Amino acid sequence: MKYTAPTKQGYFGKYGGKFVPEILIPALEELEIAYEESLNDPIFQKEYHDLLEEYVGRPTKLTFANRLTDHYGRGKIYFKREDLCHTGAHKINNAIGQLLLARNMGKTRIIAETGAGQHGVATATACAKFGFECVIYMGAEDMERQKLNVDRMKLLGAEVRSVTSGSQTLKDATNEAIRDWVTNVENTFYIIGSVVGPHPYPLMTRNFHTVIGEETKEQLRHAEGRLPDYLVACVGGGSNAIGFFYPFIDDEDVKMIGIEAAGLGADTDQTAATLTIGSPGVLHGSLSYLLHDSEGQVQLAHSISAGLDYPGIGPEHSHLHDTKRVHYFGITDQQAMDAVKLTSEMEGIIPAIETAHAMAYLEKLMPLTQKDEVVVVNCSGRGDKDMKTISEWFS
Amino acid sequence: MITKQKSRVDACFERRSEDSKIMSLFITAGYPDLESTVDLILGFEKNGADIIELGMPFSDPLADGPTIQYASNVAIANGITMKKIFQMVKEVRKSSQIPIILMGYINPVLRYGIDEFCREAAECGADGLILPDSPPEESSLIADAAKNNNLDMIYLVAPNSTDARMKKVDELSSGFVYCVSVTGVTGARQGEEVARSVERFIGRVNQNVTKNPKLVGFGIKNHDDAFIISKQVDGFIVGSALIDAIRKNYPNNGWMDNVFSFVKELKHG
Repeated sequence: MKYTAPTKQGYFGKYGGKFVPEILIPALEELEIAYEESLNDPIFQKEYHDLLEEYVGRPTKLTFANRLTDHYGRGKIYFKREDLCHTGAHKINNAIGQLLLARNMGKTRIIAETGAGQHGVATATACAKFGFECVIYMGAEDMERQKLNVDRMKLLGAEVRSVTSGSQTLKDATNEAIRDWVTNVENTFYIIGSVVGPHPYPLMTRNFHTVIGEETKEQLRHAEGRLPDYLVACVGGGSNAIGFFYPFIDDEDVKMIGIEAAGLGADTDQTAATLTIGSPGVLHGSLSYLLHDSEGQVQLAHSISAGLDYPGIGPEHSHLHDTKRVHYFGITDQQAMDAVKLTSEMEGIIPAIETAHAMAYLEKLMPLTQKDEVVVVNCSGRGDKDMKTISEWFS
Repeated sequence: MITKQKSRVDACFERRSEDSKIMSLFITAGYPDLESTVDLILGFEKNGADIIELGMPFSDPLADGPTIQYASNVAIANGITMKKIFQMVKEVRKSSQIPIILMGYINPVLRYGIDEFCREAAECGADGLILPDSPPEESSLIADAAKNNNLDMIYLVAPNSTDARMKKVDELSSGFVYCVSVTGVTGARQGEEVARSVERFIGRVNQNVTKNPKLVGFGIKNHDDAFIISKQVDGFIVGSALIDAIRKNYPNNGWMDNVFSFVKELKHG
């Protein structure tokens, strides 16, 4: 049966929806209309795709990871090189798309939340390119561990607001961004950085990233003349994974694996493995799996990776988890850092710590593959921003 | 066979005289400590409160400003639970019939179990629910369970709600309709700013919300604010300013009396 989610109301199976204050409902309705129109607007589509090509640098390459392939001695490993996107990660595909929508809707002020800083940098970059006022909310702890990205955002002309409530990470930055949006809804567009939030954000953000999977399909057809056997991607909110998976979702023989951050282990309380140990709940505007206690208070997530350090997950991933179309596993901080090192040494690619969670799963997956099978890992971002954390870890 | 009695909320609005306003006060359950909540509610009633909105704290109150965020965090740190909130309502009911509306975010309610929550809330004597992050779009999740337990579901209208939406909210709501006077988080705006922007909005509310009584809230700091803003509706809601009054006085000697004086002043000037 062909996959058609979400429904008109924004539901992926039983997940999704619009759990937001009344004040935001008109803004979401306005956005839904503008987004629908953009899909059939050849001028919008041409401008977006031209920007992806001329500014972002798409299509990104598909690189055969020959030494890692030899290392495991089983199936062939390819990397989809989103780390080669302008600004260093896939996030800009979506930031540019949403910014064009904001401009067409007549909004003059852009806000965004950021965890690792990649979405913040992408948004600040798009705002610089189009001359928009830009405010980025970022947890104080994340500002510390991703200082390079904070400096980049400032240089790009954005105001970075430090968020000191709660765990001082992505969850709290998102709360603050929503409060700003509620207050300034008339002139402000909120560019959400992942496939989370109220409808239509999970749908819209997914569709701005499906270019990742579409290119992969085409490039692999060239390289191997076939579909992949496995796709592997890391999942925090889940934007790079869904953009990578979605174009293959009706290709039943393609197995898809999403990797969550298990932190110190999914059996500890220092984890961000939402699907592994969470249960359905509502955070930041949608119903999805969530890490929360028996009273429904949201728990603090932990991951060494700021981009995966989030107690929620996009509603579509919850649906794909329940229907078992995608299988999700956890990778610990230690396993991810080992993969940072291995990928750097064997492929000359320093992955973001987020991305390295997906690489780390190759240790488990590759021994189960056959020589003639093909595995593609989404190399969602580069690791320059993480050099401080990486150096400290290995010192 | 149980015959449905007139709800405490309906009765409250019916009692209102032409020249008075209904005062609804929001207090976070478990703030400033677990022991004071019941005494605060009873004291509010003595000093002029007509309705209590009892806040069910949530870790991520994204529609609230710093004041209610703070109170929620304190209450969670104090060990508030849904069971304890129900117990507080039960305790109030021993000596008071003041309408109590439970107000909070949907997640703790979902986690408790919607049917169990509505049943137990009604059993302990709560009268209704306000869930600001559960707009009419998502009402199907809880509307039936609330209705089956005779709990009023109170939805919100905001200055940017269309006329059609206001009509829809009026149709879905029972008890009253909560009019959010400005866009923003709770407690965010100053009195004068609120007063200027609110008049046109209230005019539209009165054209479109015709079935339910209307209370107006968000940003009301004192008696003058309250009476200017609620001139054309049934009454007003105060939350953040009341929490601020508690925060300013707690735990000094006689803190509760000072808070009650603030409440009396709110109602009577």
